[in-house]
Amino acid sequence: MIVELGHFALVLAAVVAVLQMFFPLVGATRRWPAWMAVADPAAVAQFLLAAIAFGALVWAFVTSDFSLRVVIANSHTAKPLIYKISGTWGNHEGSMLLWVLVLAAFGAAVSVFGSALPPTLKARVLGVQAMIGVAFYAFILFTSNPFERVPFPPMNGQDLNPLLQDPGLAFHPPFLYLGYVGLSVCFSFAAAALLEGRVDAAWARWVRPWTLAAWVFLTIGIALGSWWAYYELGWGGFWFWDPVENASFMPWLIAAALLHSAIVVEKRESLKSWTILLAILAFGFSLIGTFIVRSGVLTSVHAFANDPERGVFILAILAAALGGSLTLFALRAPAMQARGVFGMVSRESALLLNNVLLAVSSFVVFVGTVWPLAAELFFARKLSVGAPFFNVAFTPFMVAIAIVLPVGAILPWKRGRIRRALWQLRHALILALALGALAWAVQTGRSALGPIGVALGAWLVSGAAVDLFLRTGRGRLVERLRRLGRLPRGDWGRGLAHAGLGIVIFAIAGLLAWQKEDIRVLKVGESFTLGAYTLTLENVHEVEGPNYVATEGIFRLERDGKVLDRLRPQKRIYPVAGMPTTEAAIDQSLLRDVYVVIGDRQAEGGWAIRSYIKPFADWIWMGAIIMALGGLLSLSDRRIRVATAAARRPPAAGVPAE
Amino acid sequence: MLRILVLVLGLLSAHGALAVQPDEMLADPALEARAREISKGLRCLVCQNESIDDSNAELARDLRILVRERLLAGDSDEEVVQYIVDRYGEFVLLRPTARGANILLWISGPLMLAVGIGLVAVYLRRRALGAEPTPKALTEDEKRRLEDILRS
Repeated sequence: MIVELGHFALVLAAVVAVLQMFFPLVGATRRWPAWMAVADPAAVAQFLLAAIAFGALVWAFVTSDFSLRVVIANSHTAKPLIYKISGTWGNHEGSMLLWVLVLAAFGAAVSVFGSALPPTLKARVLGVQAMIGVAFYAFILFTSNPFERVPFPPMNGQDLNPLLQDPGLAFHPPFLYLGYVGLSVCFSFAAAALLEGRVDAAWARWVRPWTLAAWVFLTIGIALGSWWAYYELGWGGFWFWDPVENASFMPWLIAAALLHSAIVVEKRESLKSWTILLAILAFGFSLIGTFIVRSGVLTSVHAFANDPERGVFILAILAAALGGSLTLFALRAPAMQARGVFGMVSRESALLLNNVLLAVSSFVVFVGTVWPLAAELFFARKLSVGAPFFNVAFTPFMVAIAIVLPVGAILPWKRGRIRRALWQLRHALILALALGALAWAVQTGRSALGPIGVALGAWLVSGAAVDLFLRTGRGRLVERLRRLGRLPRGDWGRGLAHAGLGIVIFAIAGLLAWQKEDIRVLKVGESFTLGAYTLTLENVHEVEGPNYVATEGIFRLERDGKVLDRLRPQKRIYPVAGMPTTEAAIDQSLLRDVYVVIGDRQAEGGWAIRSYIKPFADWIWMGAIIMALGGLLSLSDRRIRVATAAARRPPAAGVPAE
Repeated sequence: MLRILVLVLGLLSAHGALAVQPDEMLADPALEARAREISKGLRCLVCQNESIDDSNAELARDLRILVRERLLAGDSDEEVVQYIVDRYGEFVLLRPTARGANILLWISGPLMLAVGIGLVAVYLRRRALGAEPTPKALTEDEKRRLEDILRS
């Protein structure tokens, strides 16, 4: 009954989305207020209906309703409750339902928070948002209906892919979707602005918080996924340049570019058409990502739905969305007039350079991701493009961004001087070079990767500190320090986000350059040294979990004769899914992780053991979280709050005097 | 019972948790390091986007052993890679060659950067030289709204 209710709500949500698309868009063209007004209640109603549908599916998973096809394929009664819930979106149908739920939620949020928007703009934004919704409702209802029943329900389900039964991965997709789909709002704003034929500072101010929110969610989602890969896949890798990872990384890069170019539109009324294009591309890459994941066209670990029919449907959505919006762009963009005049060296041009680097690096990732497909289609060559390519082709862009970022951040608007900026940054520069040299001296005879990472990281972090300090103006040091606390949150957000990037760059370089690895056979009672540590295999025994059985090794971790920790790596087997997983045991600390994995029993006795020292590993995700916090802080800035507060006041000039 | 279950399932899924197994490794650390470096650039054919160094599959194990055999036979790194490519095709290379159409792949980034910088330079010149355009006159709507605001 509840399932039917959910199914019905989903159909109804689709119908409401059609109304929300038709009436406001026509109304905005004809200037009919009553038609435009349909948008608000429709957006809220559509969200509520989608929420009911999603809730019904969660219910079916929680109660293990095995009359539903998706529940059979992705659940089991013995599974812990949290993974029953996360199983809802751990499959194709459910994740698409989550997708439209988030889409509808963003639409409702625009309706609720956007009462200060000019009525035609708002109607058009919500209309375009509904248009995307209609496409995806159709996709779900016609090709991947989660509410499909089977005539003869089995006694139990087939269990969720064990790799997905993990806290990190349970919340990875929702965050990623909040990011992906959040960019749909930017897209809708861009399309609406093109329809309106006007882009101004106010438009940029409305778009920025949505971009920022989407970017923050994407950052968290990507960080969660990478953290999961680190501890779950068994060799401590954190980024594989897998097509599906790239699919989430490309929108992240474009969203970062959009964030920065929207600032130029807001403050200086320039880069308008470029910003619109970025907004279209950002969501375009989200759709491409969805296409890559859903169609399985580029085989990868993540593709759980290899269904060509679905792929073609999403490709059609992609073509319609990108084709339509780019045509509109070509027609209308030339009318967008730039106002601001600025010099070659200025914050505007620095932000432009940031945009070029981010956009081109995203393009490189895109080309690398689709190249195997292109090579097969056009040149009849079957080839692979893997991590070694991306490391070579992508990294220089990040290095370039890291080098110019602190300088660009402190350049004044309109016209600046590089020498002056460098002089202001002299302490940061000296610190970065000194630390890099120190790292070079300490590690004798290894690659330059580590020292470069240290120097770039220090440059970014101290550059962010200088940037904040320069904001405090002139005066005595004590006064300036006091003023530091009163800076707008946007300034602090920028500083934090830039520093976070520095930490991530440093951590990745440090981890790759200085990690230690050991592979050996170990019998119970034996020990070995790994760097400064001693690991002893105390025991190996079997453990029974709720829906798996595991072989668990118990290791004693010692340093200088002092016991630091007991590590318990497991090798799990999930009988229902018939699949093994490794659970690495990690002793975490600020400066390094000790990472141990247990493998197979060897014929001659003993166990295969893999262990690592991973320096600064946790800094990667710490840095990502700091970046996200910076974004959140900017989001809470007074200017944005003032904008929403103003929105709550009734419009001043609404009713004409009789 | 549990023990038997573990054993049976362990046999069923023979490729367990580890990629490089201790018994595959070469005694000579320098040679082994070269083997690891080569393995990181070769794709496991039955896996999805994994190098043979990371993969747990049987085939990846065979390839790892093959790489080490060739190294022991005295091949250079390039010769080992060529040996594998001759048998399995360029599909095994995680880092595609820069031959033929692949040149497009390799130069697309630098080329796009050059185009981007060029466009930016042109744009910046225009911005630096151009005068601020005169603001457009207000529309009727805006005029009315301005009057309302000024009156209140």
